[in-house]
Amino acid sequence: MSIKKVTSHPTQNEELIFDRSQIGRVGYRLPKLDVEETNLDEILPAELRRDDDLEGVPEVSEVDVIRHFTRMSTWNYSIDLGMYPLGSCTMKYNSRLNEKVARIAGFANLHPLAPEREAQGALELIYNLQEDLAEITGLPGVSLQPAAGAHGEMTGVMLIRAFLDKRDGEKSKERRVMLIPDSAHGTNPASAHLAGFTVKTIRSTDEGLTDMEHLKTLCGEGGIAGLMLTNPNTVGLFETNIQQICDEIHQAGGLVYMDGANMNALVGVARPGDFGVDVIHLNLHKTFSTPHGGGGPGSGPCCCTAELEPFLPTPRVVKDAENYRLDFNRPESIGRVKAFFGNFGMMVRALAYIQTHGAEGLREATEAAVLNARYVGHHLTESYDKPFESDSMHEVIFSHKKQSRKGVHTLDIAKRLIDYGFHPMTIYFPLIVEGAMLIEPTESVGRADLDAFIDAMKSIAAEAVETPELVIGAPHTTRIGRLDEATAARKPVLRWKPDMEATAKSA
Amino acid sequence: MANIQENLHYSKDHEWVEVNGDVATIGITDYAQHALGDVVYVELPTVGDTLESHEAFGSVESVKAVSEIFTPIAGEVVEVNDGLNDTPEAVNSDPYGAAWMIKIKMKNQGEADAMLSAAEYEEYLSANG
Amino acid sequence: MRYIPNSPEERDEMLKVVGLNSADELFRSIPQDVRLNRQLNVTEPLAEPEVIGAMDKLAEKNTASRKTSFLGAGAYSHYSPTVVDHLIQRSEFFTSYTPYQPELTQGTLQYIFEFQTLVCQLTGMDVANASMYDGSTAMAEAFLMAQRVTRRDKVVIAETVHPEYLAVAKTYTQHGDLKIETVHFDKESGRTLADDLNKLDDKTAALVIQSPNFFGCVEDLKSLAEKAHHVGALLIVVVTEAISFGLLKSPGACDADIVVAEGQSFGVPLSYGGPYVGLFACKEKYVRNMPGRLAGIAYDQKGNRGFVLTLATREQHIRREKATSNICTNQGLIALAATIYMETMGRRGLQEVAMQNAQKAAYAARRISEIEGFSLPFSAPRFNEFVVRAPQSAEEILSKLSADKNIIGGLALSRYYDDNPNDFLVCVTELNSKEQIDNFVEGLKTVG
Repeated sequence: MSIKKVTSHPTQNEELIFDRSQIGRVGYRLPKLDVEETNLDEILPAELRRDDDLEGVPEVSEVDVIRHFTRMSTWNYSIDLGMYPLGSCTMKYNSRLNEKVARIAGFANLHPLAPEREAQGALELIYNLQEDLAEITGLPGVSLQPAAGAHGEMTGVMLIRAFLDKRDGEKSKERRVMLIPDSAHGTNPASAHLAGFTVKTIRSTDEGLTDMEHLKTLCGEGGIAGLMLTNPNTVGLFETNIQQICDEIHQAGGLVYMDGANMNALVGVARPGDFGVDVIHLNLHKTFSTPHGGGGPGSGPCCCTAELEPFLPTPRVVKDAENYRLDFNRPESIGRVKAFFGNFGMMVRALAYIQTHGAEGLREATEAAVLNARYVGHHLTESYDKPFESDSMHEVIFSHKKQSRKGVHTLDIAKRLIDYGFHPMTIYFPLIVEGAMLIEPTESVGRADLDAFIDAMKSIAAEAVETPELVIGAPHTTRIGRLDEATAARKPVLRWKPDMEATAKSA
Repeated sequence: MANIQENLHYSKDHEWVEVNGDVATIGITDYAQHALGDVVYVELPTVGDTLESHEAFGSVESVKAVSEIFTPIAGEVVEVNDGLNDTPEAVNSDPYGAAWMIKIKMKNQGEADAMLSAAEYEEYLSANG
Repeated sequence: MRYIPNSPEERDEMLKVVGLNSADELFRSIPQDVRLNRQLNVTEPLAEPEVIGAMDKLAEKNTASRKTSFLGAGAYSHYSPTVVDHLIQRSEFFTSYTPYQPELTQGTLQYIFEFQTLVCQLTGMDVANASMYDGSTAMAEAFLMAQRVTRRDKVVIAETVHPEYLAVAKTYTQHGDLKIETVHFDKESGRTLADDLNKLDDKTAALVIQSPNFFGCVEDLKSLAEKAHHVGALLIVVVTEAISFGLLKSPGACDADIVVAEGQSFGVPLSYGGPYVGLFACKEKYVRNMPGRLAGIAYDQKGNRGFVLTLATREQHIRREKATSNICTNQGLIALAATIYMETMGRRGLQEVAMQNAQKAAYAARRISEIEGFSLPFSAPRFNEFVVRAPQSAEEILSKLSADKNIIGGLALSRYYDDNPNDFLVCVTELNSKEQIDNFVEGLKTVG
């Protein structure tokens, strides 16, 4: 084993910008005002103007800004630095080409309310991406308006609601139950709630799949509006009974919504539209590699059957002969979910991703992602408890069961991994596995790096036996140690003020 | 092993009740605070609210969990422990004392008698805890 | 595929290690009859120059992007210091994720903390979150928050709030108990019609006012706050043009309870409508009802100061259907751009750029009002936008102006409103030179 441990992280101290600020410093210059000045009182009476002189807002030079943010950046882990195996988050390589094309002036400087005939390129791009996503999912109706996964989810369940209201009229009231597996993302129930549904939870089997018997029982109780299912599910397994699941829901009069967070395991291999799903959201920031950017922006397109298409958010981007236009005449639409047309900049990047891969590359990426997860799963089975036997797809789940007897828990293993130079996996999710560790390498990791990760995990398993206190006290190499989150939540200090530290410390 | 106080009444939702005349004082048990971890916030009702038995009257938050608190006793809220706003950690350090949560003027005298005794609660915990 | 590190040989070896003969066998758990037994019908792989070529060709067709523009209405052309786009492209920022592990994400957490502080300073509020998707969704979330805080089910909203924002709020609330009533505006001043505020009652959760409003008119927030508070409702202030914070009295100073704003003006490109960044701030007492992520101060055992995501129990991953919102993240990288913008411009820059906007708009408004047949229908004070009433169809004028003079002269209000087809909304920013404004005026004279 050749384990590379991190010996030190860059720890250049950097204060808050407010502490750096010095009266009189400037970091900008605007061209001189070139119009005749109007007396300010004529423009805006004094009572409508600020009178605080923006006190407290920093005054710094351009050099200060560059150093400030560059230093802070060194305290972050990033995909470009190494494997970032956050399960369900799909931290794959973010291509520089995609950044470049999103910044082409003809896109970046285009105003969303520009006349349609003068924004044909943008509309064509949206249309083309819609077409590609329809092909990839097997679902022909596509809206790119939702701004993130949870937003696409909300859109998706609202489509179901609108469809049921139209189909069943008054009787739709009796159909308000949304079934959600106990392994689901927390956004699922929150989104269902926004569409006026109540949630019933479906159990998972010991094999980590949807419990068909329980599903049937719940369907038998009636009132089924639909099902929200992640597939592959959140323990990384393909729901083998997916067709029967969809049939069961359809027979109960409901629709199937698929959380597409894990669509990167299926692109080019299977299509949700072909196995009975009615509506899905995609995460362009996962499957199609648009940057996660420290937690956004995302983009959460919603793809649906032709039957649901009339309910998609307004406006739709459509093609008439050779011209593209916005269609606002959508009487059955659920309405707008966002101003303008969605996160266009992310669409440019996602289309560039698809073009760069082409059909064969998309399939290759799926294969590589699944193979990498399978490879990690294969090598860690002895060191860690693997709660489910079946073939994992793009991510693999373990638990701390073997280590917890020694008092070493998932959190400790995750923190120790930092000392080995890796970002931890997703921990304590999904909730159905106690002490869950969900590992998603993605296709952007080569064999040597996977081996290093596997070695690190094995080494930590050994440490948990021999020197558990080393693991429990991790990380040892970062600029700060584990933070006291309880005190932070009891007396939250959420903004800088000159006396802020005194407040935080008094807590 | 969780601390259980002799003279109190207990619910299976891990609340305790102390009766003084027609007023019941309610809090959560040592077992409950332990299961929650570091308590960071306690949300309580306002004086004058009327509660049915088993109704949720507030919630206790730790860093990564939130639990509703249910009243085993029906009645009108006559006092709430505002001190918990500033020192929610008392729920961890002194669940049966400083961290009492509400006082209720009982609607049905004797409702607390149907609850678990200290011994029964201890048995319940060892069977289910 | 150049983004996938493993060579075909390595891939084959790995397959062998996990006991498989072919990549196809990786998908054994997917039933044969739901597998796609053909290649996807998307493009062949393109090389880098081909992708750039294809994208350039599309971008070329966006002719509006190359013209002098006076478009605003919720998305604004402003100068963005070069450092903004440079710094957000650092790998450590743009290829990291939500700061779940504070030890490895202090960079992100610290800028979120600075962002929250700057938003508080500009809005005059106590607390701000780590950002929302954009201004429109932030407003919808504010409605739901006001409903939670007041336990009342009616929101009274000014007609002069951005029409797309109102549309989004209607979508978000269509299945809840929240009713939305609109308040008309005064046709003379362009401001919210005081007489129509009798719609406020003891069932009202919030009064919602945009200022500067959609027509560019600055509202009298102080008196509106009093009216809302009089019936126990909250005042939600919506701001689409964040540059206005540099000059206008802050909503907090006017006693607003919740402030939501579009932060695109802070260094974020127009990019055909997104990604942008929603600002969300409120009074301290409402913090536990706030949607979205919050970063706060925390200490490690040695007493080192750091930052963490805090008050997470409000959020969907813990509270599920009872969460304050279904939002799962913030607008990280765009919030970073806005933070860098605010800090680079700084105290004096934010004031100067706001002043230039107001001055240039005042100049343009005066010049346009002097053109025969053109008028400014609203008398209220304005910031950098104003409505112009033309002697004929605004749409025709604007399309001629674009065709003949290469100037996008603003937005015909017929896009959103049926009455007054001759009205259009003009926005003037620091990027519009005197020469551009003068050409615009001359252009209007010839096409009008």
